Amino acid sequence: MALDKYGIAKRIAQEFKSDLYVNLGIGIPTLVPNFIKPGLRLFVQSENGLLGMGPYPTEDEVDPDLINAGKETVTILPGGSFFDSVESFGMIRSGRIDVTVLGAMEVSETGDLANWKIPNKMVKGMGGAMDLVAGAKFIIVAMQHTDPQGRSKLKSRCSLPLTGLHCVNKIVSDLACIEITDQGFLLLERAPGVSVEEIKQKTEGKLIVPDFVPEMKL
Amino acid sequence: MVRIYPDGDAAVADIQDNATIMSGGFGLCGIPENSIKALVKRNIKNLTIISNNAGVNGHGVGLLLEQKMIKKIIGSYVGENTLFEQQLLAGLIDVELIPQGTLATRIQMAAMGIPAFFCLAGYGTEIAIGKEVRTFNGKSYLMEHALHADFSLVKAWRGDTAGNLVFKKTTRNFSVAMAKAAQVTIAEVEELVEAGAIDPDTVDVPGIYVSRIYQGKDYEKKIENLKIRQQNQVV
Repeated sequence: MALDKYGIAKRIAQEFKSDLYVNLGIGIPTLVPNFIKPGLRLFVQSENGLLGMGPYPTEDEVDPDLINAGKETVTILPGGSFFDSVESFGMIRSGRIDVTVLGAMEVSETGDLANWKIPNKMVKGMGGAMDLVAGAKFIIVAMQHTDPQGRSKLKSRCSLPLTGLHCVNKIVSDLACIEITDQGFLLLERAPGVSVEEIKQKTEGKLIVPDFVPEMKL
Repeated sequence: MVRIYPDGDAAVADIQDNATIMSGGFGLCGIPENSIKALVKRNIKNLTIISNNAGVNGHGVGLLLEQKMIKKIIGSYVGENTLFEQQLLAGLIDVELIPQGTLATRIQMAAMGIPAFFCLAGYGTEIAIGKEVRTFNGKSYLMEHALHADFSLVKAWRGDTAGNLVFKKTTRNFSVAMAKAAQVTIAEVEELVEAGAIDPDTVDVPGIYVSRIYQGKDYEKKIENLKIRQQNQVV
């Protein structure tokens, strides 16, 4: 069965080792901390000016002066710090962020990412996504394998305006975990109960299928 | 040198049509509530607003949109404001979208007197169109220019009569750089104190950058996305 958003977040959480600085985008990426193995030393950065982001506040802790990049009320953990946007993107640009997780509308087999604009339809802006994909060391995309019409979002080339060029390292979709290699999409794992055949059929770009493709262990 | 003003109305009284104005804040966090409300009363036109976001309907920069005072918005994410989208699709307003870190740093370069810098964000995308590309150590970068403004409206937690500003938590965002990047910086503070009452070690924006300061009032501090965890809930 295909993964729901919690399943995708759970699989992404397995990518996290100890001693990482991570930045999480809006949507499914926000769910990832719920599934991170306890005891890992991890600092979550929020690009509006916060390192060491904690969980949502209790009712008593709510502070309008303390939000994350999704404009949600949050808390700060011991060892955290506040800073301005210039400093925040300095950290991102200079390669201090080990992992960033973000959503995608399309990813190409060469790792191009499109996630900020649909011409003549949606004009919301790129926010910090272009900076993050240009600066972070490892980029994981959380996405649905196909759009609501069933068309593949893993393309040979992106049709939508790009957020970044050759930047995506790994994709966790509702169907599969895939690594971007110089040769194309390398199928690493299937979602529980999903066949290699289905993944092949729903991947438009070049898919490399090893002889054995294990199921995800969630 | 900084002058103390009685209120927002007095502080923005000389802003005219066609002005370029920076407005601090991230979403609705740390926005200059008093200065924006005072600006709405001035009912001037054709403003260019530099702000990371476009506010929401009824709040922040959204109030200027309601009065149709804005000609152009320069920002990175304007998705929260439906009125903005309507005005954009109707051709009433222009928008320039800039990657968030590039926007912050373009403002910072104006604050530091540096005309341009080279930046990786957006290389290979449509925002690179028309920009000079230079290669350093085998990587290609876009040339980005400093972003200046006539006025900058910011809100700090505390300020003193020498113009020094102290911010709280995540309200620093774009405000710290904007406070230094315009010809005239108008700072409103939750608490205005005498020079000497702020520990110099804690100053975020030194007074030399601030032109006008006043104590704001009736802060709403509206929360865009209120999230609460239950007591004892493990996250």
